[in-house]
Amino acid sequence: MKFDTPATALNPIDQQKVIGRSHDRIDGPAKVTGTAPYAYERNGMAPNAAYGWIVGSAIATGRIVSIDSRDALAAPGVLKVVTYENAGKLAKAKNHTAHMLAGPMVEHYDQAVALVVAETFEQARDAAKMVRVQYTQGTPKGDLAAQKDSAIKPKGGKPDTAVGDFAGAFARSAVKVDETYTTPDHSHAMMEPHATIASWTGDKLTLWTSNQMIDWAVGDMATTLMIPRENVRVDSPFIGGGFGGKLWVRSDAVMAALGARAVGRPVKVTLARPQIMNNTTHRPATIQRLRIGAGKDGRIDAIAHEVWSGDLEGGSPETAANATRLLYRGENRMTSHRLAVLNLGEGNAMRAPGEAVGLLALEAAMDELAEKLNMDPVQLRIVNDTQFDPEKGESRPFSSRKLVEALKVGADRFGWSKRNPKPGQVRDGKWLVGMGMASAFRDNVTMDSGARVGVDSKGLVTVETDMTDIGTGTYTIIAQTAAEMMGVPLEGVVVKLGDSRFPASAGSGGQWGANSSTAGVYAACMTLRTQLAQKAGFNADATFADGKITSGNRSVSLGEAAGATGTVVTDKIEFGDLSKKYAQATFGSHFAEVGVDMATGEIRVRRMGGAFAAGRILNPKSARNQVIGAMAMGVGAALMEDAVPDPRFGYFVNHDMAEYHVPVHADIPKQDVFFLSELDEKSSPMKAKGVGELGICGAGAAIANAVYNACGVRIRDYPLTLDKVIKGMA
Amino acid sequence: MKPFTYERADSAKAAAAAIAANPNAKFIAGGTNLLDLMKLQIETPAHLIDVNHLGLDKVEKTRDGGMRIGALVRNTDLAADRTVRRDYAVLSRALVSGASGQLRNKATTAGNLLQRTRCPYFYDTTKPCNKRQPGSGCAAIGGYSRSLAVIGVSDQCIATHPSDMAVAMRVLDATVETVNPDGAKRMIPIADFHRLPGTTPNIETSLQPGEFITGVTLPKPIGGMQIYRKVRDRASYAFATISIATVLQPDGSGRFAFGGVAHKPWRVEAADARASQGAAAVATAAFAGANPTAQNAFKVPLVQRTLAAVFTEAKA
Repeated sequence: MKFDTPATALNPIDQQKVIGRSHDRIDGPAKVTGTAPYAYERNGMAPNAAYGWIVGSAIATGRIVSIDSRDALAAPGVLKVVTYENAGKLAKAKNHTAHMLAGPMVEHYDQAVALVVAETFEQARDAAKMVRVQYTQGTPKGDLAAQKDSAIKPKGGKPDTAVGDFAGAFARSAVKVDETYTTPDHSHAMMEPHATIASWTGDKLTLWTSNQMIDWAVGDMATTLMIPRENVRVDSPFIGGGFGGKLWVRSDAVMAALGARAVGRPVKVTLARPQIMNNTTHRPATIQRLRIGAGKDGRIDAIAHEVWSGDLEGGSPETAANATRLLYRGENRMTSHRLAVLNLGEGNAMRAPGEAVGLLALEAAMDELAEKLNMDPVQLRIVNDTQFDPEKGESRPFSSRKLVEALKVGADRFGWSKRNPKPGQVRDGKWLVGMGMASAFRDNVTMDSGARVGVDSKGLVTVETDMTDIGTGTYTIIAQTAAEMMGVPLEGVVVKLGDSRFPASAGSGGQWGANSSTAGVYAACMTLRTQLAQKAGFNADATFADGKITSGNRSVSLGEAAGATGTVVTDKIEFGDLSKKYAQATFGSHFAEVGVDMATGEIRVRRMGGAFAAGRILNPKSARNQVIGAMAMGVGAALMEDAVPDPRFGYFVNHDMAEYHVPVHADIPKQDVFFLSELDEKSSPMKAKGVGELGICGAGAAIANAVYNACGVRIRDYPLTLDKVIKGMA
Repeated sequence: MKPFTYERADSAKAAAAAIAANPNAKFIAGGTNLLDLMKLQIETPAHLIDVNHLGLDKVEKTRDGGMRIGALVRNTDLAADRTVRRDYAVLSRALVSGASGQLRNKATTAGNLLQRTRCPYFYDTTKPCNKRQPGSGCAAIGGYSRSLAVIGVSDQCIATHPSDMAVAMRVLDATVETVNPDGAKRMIPIADFHRLPGTTPNIETSLQPGEFITGVTLPKPIGGMQIYRKVRDRASYAFATISIATVLQPDGSGRFAFGGVAHKPWRVEAADARASQGAAAVATAAFAGANPTAQNAFKVPLVQRTLAAVFTEAKA
């Protein structure tokens, strides 16, 4: 099904009998009873699997001189040591910046150098310490600030934009902000580590793994191993979180496949927690300069957002200025992204790449502008609303944009009017209390997505798609979609996900998954409805409800219409150019109240709230779950998450969960999430948009702004740790 | 993890004898620290002596009105003990500020005293660390040192002792009780139990080879206002950036021990003597000679600010 004209007409989804309502997760009972197996637990799929343990590079850059595996091979239970010398020829997949197996060149610290395969996990891990690798070590570059001046304009993408005369307009502006903000490297820190069981049957490879994007995984594995795509099967029905860290097959999958090929039996590999931060991808650190010029009425005349980040050679930038291209008005504007070479592992997407850290800077700068204007921060954002893409002009309106409503509703619900705009005025015992806010903004991306939907003779509906559920609630919203479309209750739908034998889907990433994959199910269901109606002899006006197809006073049950062998169709949604004609994005507002300990500078978030507009909310319960989780991640970005590079060695030092801090329950207060009513007819026939990443975008800036309001200390270097607070207080 | 053999000791004396007979052996109690270190091959004992079944899990009153805490008393149980909560409140508060509920359920009193540093370079076997591998150097000096020591450091090591409990034990003048293979007891004042790094940061305590901790004794209660203040960016489940254990008396006297600042719980008699002069005087005396890095220099003023707040809290 092509989707190239807005869905202005009512469609079956608009009934909202099942969709648009809160439902518990249909996979919830399996999850809480431990019967939803994660990749490393799927022993039944590959009995007799051997265990692999990855030996990571001890250096950041350089060359392997020699690998001595003799002691490891002689250790108890060891079957094989796989290295670049015996792995066979490998290619680099298009989604990989560095190779999944080093040799002879080393591209980053903890890059896989070898896989030790043994009968048991403990034997493999023990023998891994016996693999002796000699290196010639290069001099790593690990400090973004030191490399900033060497950063270049990256190839590909759209690193720069410019409209009007920024420099001139900024110079003439009545009120100006010109500040630089920095954000550190972040690690995805998902609960389930990367893990894979690999098994070969002849030249056919099966991977039971944990991956967000099954179709990409198949392609990248085939490229890496230089085998035909059709020889690779990837299966990933349950995923313990990803946040972008599992958008691609990583070394666990590649090394498990190589190990299994070498020993002629299945091999399972997981990354230990301390390996994840340096072996896999991370969100790159940024330096961001914001210049905003406004009139005394607060209207922005000039806005510039320049971003510096680093990556391995051949990598890509953190596109932190993207939000600034669309969020606020202003005739004179420019954005740029510059990329330095750093030897710190692969920088790549993490939940809301671009916006998540871009808004940490932009929305802090807006707070500073509001203060200079002596204007309420909410009002400043309202007067700078735009209903069209400010770089393209009125020819490219937003598909739907409820930023102003989100700001107003969010402010009301939070009690924003009680905020004292003067910092440091509110005390509660030892706490200085402050409020802050920020706009929420995240692109709405649509991706083609396929599904196979069938009805059996009993009327049971089965949906199969390689779409993934990374803890987001995908199983449930797909079941809701199919139930709505086919006129059956939620219990009448079986959903099967994550298997590359199913039709290729949008996958989970960039908050495109829910809207795109349910639109794919919608497309398949429309085709199925047509076929079933025809089989049962109905015209196009037949309705699907209560398990029956009805037209006039004749009804046929779904099962009967499907026939003795059932009816199965495959279709997909293919998105046209509506995202070019219309700017598509999701909007919201974040509000935070924090306490700052007057003595210690410790920051504790007291409450958070926000209002969000993201098209039709397919399941308010799971959507709320996404938003509060993202807000918690915003707390982490604001207050503690910081993967610290040691430039001497070129690696992240604090590479475990004891030292890389993410928020714990005690850090997360009451969170109020309100969804505005919105249908976006230009986004998809679901009239939905993404929501999984919107909640992190702006959340951290709201907290930073609240910290300033509480104690009068403006910290532009994230995270806002207590040492920076007391330095400002002194 | 390297292969190891295992035995269960059946008495404290036997435990001491077993470790004396095997220099590559380690005691295993709660295992909350040792097992992690073994998996990373930072600790590589060839033999484990399980001391969990020696009956050393009791909290008892002593004849002099103090308290004896068995070496194997779990952190959770010790924190919840009614006498501890009433008479040694600073200890109970320190315990519950540490780790997580699950860890405290397993972690033991002696094991807590013996836990290793959380210096990130100690944890990474590809990096030099004089504590892990004597003579290899110290990667923390000139590296990421925000969480590390500011006083009592050496040019060999700037690691901290991560315990909260030990800081409270230090302010309470606890005594570590040991037994050797001959069955002879030794009482080690906690002030002498942990060592500064000096030129041998790998040697962290004054325990002799073949010595086994059987318990910790506390003198009779000293009353006063007892406060444990732990400062950290994350609200829970984080090691102390700095911590202060204090007992302040109505007459203005007091004692102070500091965590997160040194290779051992940090207490200075000259600082205690200035209790009546207030927080700045105490902090100045306690941290005279501090030698922080650029990254952790904030800890020195942080201690003073926090101590001022503790004084205020005590008066309130």
